[in-house]
Amino acid sequence: MNIFALKGTVKLGLKSLWMHRLRSTLTTLGIVFGVASVIAMLAIGAGASREAQAAIARLGSTNLIVETVKPPQQQELTGQTQFVTSYGLTYTDAESIRNTLPGVEVAVPVREMNADARHLIRQAAVKVIGTVPWYTEIAPIHLVAGRFLSSTDEHRELAVCVIDEQLGPRLFAYEDPIGMYVRISDSYYCVVGIVSAGSDVTSGGTSSTEDAASRSGVAGNIYIPLSASKSRFSNMVGNFGTSGRSFEIVELHKIIVKVPSNNEVLPTHQVLDTLLKRLHDKQDFRIIVPLELLREAERTTRIFSIVLGSIAAISLIVGGIGIMNIMLATVSERTREIGIRRALGARKRDIVAQFLAETLLLTFLGGIIGIFLGSFIPFFVTKFAHMATVTTFSSLMLAFGISGIIGLTFGLYPAWHAANMNPIESLRHE
Amino acid sequence: MEVVNIEKMSKTYVMGQVVLYALREVDLSISQGQYVAIMGPSGSGKSTLLNLLGCLDKPTAGNYFLNSQDVSSLDDSELSKIRGKEIGFIFQSYNLIAQLNVMENIELPMFYQGYSPSDSSARAEELAVMVGLGERTRHKPSELSGGQQQRVAIARALANDPVVLLADEPTGNLDSASGAEILEILDELHARNKTLIVVTHDESIAARAQRTIHLLDGKIDRDELN
Repeated sequence: MNIFALKGTVKLGLKSLWMHRLRSTLTTLGIVFGVASVIAMLAIGAGASREAQAAIARLGSTNLIVETVKPPQQQELTGQTQFVTSYGLTYTDAESIRNTLPGVEVAVPVREMNADARHLIRQAAVKVIGTVPWYTEIAPIHLVAGRFLSSTDEHRELAVCVIDEQLGPRLFAYEDPIGMYVRISDSYYCVVGIVSAGSDVTSGGTSSTEDAASRSGVAGNIYIPLSASKSRFSNMVGNFGTSGRSFEIVELHKIIVKVPSNNEVLPTHQVLDTLLKRLHDKQDFRIIVPLELLREAERTTRIFSIVLGSIAAISLIVGGIGIMNIMLATVSERTREIGIRRALGARKRDIVAQFLAETLLLTFLGGIIGIFLGSFIPFFVTKFAHMATVTTFSSLMLAFGISGIIGLTFGLYPAWHAANMNPIESLRHE
Repeated sequence: MEVVNIEKMSKTYVMGQVVLYALREVDLSISQGQYVAIMGPSGSGKSTLLNLLGCLDKPTAGNYFLNSQDVSSLDDSELSKIRGKEIGFIFQSYNLIAQLNVMENIELPMFYQGYSPSDSSARAEELAVMVGLGERTRHKPSELSGGQQQRVAIARALANDPVVLLADEPTGNLDSASGAEILEILDELHARNKTLIVVTHDESIAARAQRTIHLLDGKIDRDELN
């Protein structure tokens, strides 16, 4: 087929579609919504996946997080409430992990305390994190100003602290926080550094820091040396509930273990579990492995994508069947025209080209409108449902390509049917 | 020179157990520039003969030489090519394509022969002027009278300068005035040495032709020169 014929065929197709504007529009809608839903669903799927991965990446994929959990109460067995319960990770645990696990790069012990931080008349509820200087190796900490805790701080049990970026304006109105003093439960700590928010691995789970902070009503984190926290904060936390008074003794809330590479995460997990089980007679710890969470999130996302993709594919196929149906109706309506064209010298392949061109034009136009619509849906999803979406160029091209394939697949049969009609009978057709 | 030469051509249809002969061993030759009328009662095989002459159908037996080329053995694609190039059809009901305007209708046979748009539009313009529709080239068929539509159809039939013009009751749908105009155009084409084959019931049309062939029961009953 030469270029004139191609141009003529396309022009002819457009003319025929324009003659039946309403019909063409309605037929195209199936493809429009199919393509739009493919794009929207890919965008939502990719957004969910990226969000999950980002959340897990904050925890660090080569990290293992050992957390203190409250063991199940055994008061029913003994028949009396224990006045003081002692459980959780200990300094000994941290020491053992550092000394006996060969694959461990660093092991970072963490204590967490809830307290009020004050500066002059300003006050904020904060999470006090007692930790060691190499905390920075397991958390993607970004220093905004000053410095992080140093080994001198740790060694000398100095009363210094590093505060969250978001905490700065809460406690200090106009001054630079660096060098100022913050009062946390009767002790004064000198602010030596500011770190950016969202760099907190200690909040655990897959939720982002902002969410965790807003849930617990905590304005931000304050990091102090572990040694200082040991000497200034008691191990004991009192509960004054309806069932009477009870005290809990917890030495460490977390030990974050870092291994050199992803491959060593799972073996280390097993060894760590064995080691801690030997040291603990109660199930008062749990090990969170971000890498496993990541894998799980990937699996979930894949299932999510498959489900969404199937729905979109079904809607495209339904759209394609709609097009095929209309094209068959068009062919039978234009039987006489086909007969005339055949008498005037059109070969079968000319007729195939003519009807295939019409179907392809329909699906391409539908594809283009679908791309526009499909690019807007994720925008509204993000705006109103607050879900992250990622629209990629390749997903647009994929959806457009699929619409073309649908056009070809569902256009071939009607075109073939048109071409193979008997010219004599077609000419006689009313 | 003979442009149409048919030797012992038969066309049969099988209806269940019965074999129906639409044409029985017809021999016919028509020379260049002849104006031939084909007459006969319905069922005599006129339409079958016209379809075979127009290469829309293939004979069951016998040979058909169109312009010295044996077309009875050609495949569908080659036959389509021959139809477009060597034959001009004029139908009773005009058979213009409704969504195309006068120019585009005339250009259609040239489009299928692969002419460039500039060549075919120049030729179409010329033909439109020739049939007296030079002013109406942008009109749609629905905006034209029956006589005008048939004139467009004649222009379209002439587009590729065919060897044979086949007309099937060309004035059947027209009033007598328009019909007379169409017949004058056919006379003029005859004067220009075009080969015309007209199927008709109308004795007055047949009277204008040089030769009248009467068909009966699938055979040539009489073949007379006027």
